[in-house]
Amino acid sequence: MSRAEPSAPQGRGELRDRPQTARARRTTFRATLLRNELLTTFRRWRTVALLAVLAAVPVLVGIAVKIETGDGSSADGGGGGPAFISQITNNGLFLVFTALAATLPFFLPMAVGVVAGDAIAGEANSGTLRYLLVAPAGRSRLLITKYATVVIFCLAATLVVAVSALTVGALLFPLGDLTTISGTQISFAEGLGRALLIALAVAASLIGVAALGLFVSTLTGSGIAAMATTVGLLITVQILDQIPQLHVLQPYFFSHYWLSFADLMREPVYWDDLAKNLGLQALYAAVFGSAAWARFTAKDITA
Amino acid sequence: MGEVSAGEPERREARDEAGERELGEARDEAGEPVIATRALTKRYRGGQLAVDGLDLTVPAGSVFGFLGPNGSGKTTTIRMLMGLIEPTSGTARVLGQPMPRATRAVLPHVGALIEGPALYGFLSGRDNLIRYDSADPSADPRTRRARVAAALDRVGLTAAAGKKAKAYSLGMKQRLGLAAALLQPRRLLVLDEPTNGLDPQGMREIRSLVRELASDGTTVFLSSHLLDEIEQVCTHAAVMAQGRLITQGPVGELSAGARGRLVVTTPDPAEAARVLKEQGVGDVVVADDRVTGEPPDRDLAEVNAALVTAGVRVRGFTVQRASLEDAFVALTGEGFDVAG
Repeated sequence: MSRAEPSAPQGRGELRDRPQTARARRTTFRATLLRNELLTTFRRWRTVALLAVLAAVPVLVGIAVKIETGDGSSADGGGGGPAFISQITNNGLFLVFTALAATLPFFLPMAVGVVAGDAIAGEANSGTLRYLLVAPAGRSRLLITKYATVVIFCLAATLVVAVSALTVGALLFPLGDLTTISGTQISFAEGLGRALLIALAVAASLIGVAALGLFVSTLTGSGIAAMATTVGLLITVQILDQIPQLHVLQPYFFSHYWLSFADLMREPVYWDDLAKNLGLQALYAAVFGSAAWARFTAKDITA
Repeated sequence: MGEVSAGEPERREARDEAGERELGEARDEAGEPVIATRALTKRYRGGQLAVDGLDLTVPAGSVFGFLGPNGSGKTTTIRMLMGLIEPTSGTARVLGQPMPRATRAVLPHVGALIEGPALYGFLSGRDNLIRYDSADPSADPRTRRARVAAALDRVGLTAAAGKKAKAYSLGMKQRLGLAAALLQPRRLLVLDEPTNGLDPQGMREIRSLVRELASDGTTVFLSSHLLDEIEQVCTHAAVMAQGRLITQGPVGELSAGARGRLVVTTPDPAEAARVLKEQGVGDVVVADDRVTGEPPDRDLAEVNAALVTAGVRVRGFTVQRASLEDAFVALTGEGFDVAG
């Protein structure tokens, strides 16, 4: 009763005030598909599983380092392993950097490739794409919503790794001031700030893969095929990036400047490669985003 | 069996309604048709001609049956009308606007069920509808929950609304697909095989739902392979075969094109067949105690009198009205090769 009463006068007022509320309403309507898309994506069991795997990586690394150094020896004897691993025992915050360095080459882009590859192809596969388009979601609107969702997933996945690493690091190792790569000391608070910046840089590194995956997703009607192709491309590019004879091409591989995020731990920060990385990701987003748009808006939806 | 006998009064009712609607439509004649295509053609990349020069006109307020065997181009046509497929040539106008160019303006007024329902199995029935509704930029989010609840209620899914869609039976999925088409008041409903997977009770419910919607003024475009279904609910129909439109028009006129058959029930079938042939009855077929044939162009009372005069004991003497299936066979010269 009390719920119905306030809504009734509101309804009447709305008719009178329509010109004023029209703009506000349009923005609400525009965000509504994105909100629903995010809800749908993050309620998918597969998304949750991917995030759980990502969250488990820092736990494994942390426990491994703890066991390895349990007898009081330092972990830097081996010399192998991801960046920063030798410093984890001194400062748990380094687990964040180590975990991001460990997941960026494969786990993170693979997760993004799965979500991006499935974005359009998965809907086509299940037939829900035709109903979204008949709703009508609008092809450009749907594609932009899908890309926005994948980019938000990039950020969420990176943050899951970072937060999990920070928690494990805080539980297993001491926290405190830390030493940068350049040898200077920074406070723990500034270290946290750097960690956040690094997480953002890592998330931004995935924008290119996201666009590539979305483009592949518009090419096929099978979600599995799109996911496999995207992840396959990812592995291929990583391998090609290791072949010295291809050094002319390598600066254009989306993964080439990925590890530049470590430069955020220098004092002063070395921005060159970071900027190149961001530029390259923007280029991939522009090229494959346009290709995906050209393909998707002209495609016959027969699934 | 029960379904057939119960269907009989329904059929008559549909006829009456059809008559009324034809009158109403004559008044609206000036109004634009809800769907109008001109030489609509689709050739797929493989070179296969799926739809060939289709000129389809669906009058406003009609319940339009779209018939044809599997692979005759019905679904391709529907997809072109919904802006999912770009025609190779020709034009399609829906609600007076060109498709696929005007999808954003037209489709909010169109509810569609195309080639069966498609759902997110991991979402509940209610959340599936919420998702489809939020895909429509013209749908008001403030009334979303209420409209979703109303649509679920309309198809009888309220009790199962919270269940995950993957646990739904085929019939429930079909109902949920229908509910998605009914999220907003629509001017046109496109229903592709809406009774697929439903039990007889469900089919009856869908038929009465279609009639209810039609009486509210919604034009219903119904594709089906079940001829008697079309006959029961449709005012107009079109028949497609091999990508071409064979005929279209009011259902009454279509079945009137095919003539009924004379059926004589008698314990003396051989004698009856001889007399009937003498009386000018064509295509005489004897099956047990039933003799059937094409009625001649003369008063049938005289034919009956001739039978009696010849000493044939007549138990029954009727003319079976031509069904749409007879019309279809007459038009295409082939059976409607889909199992009902």
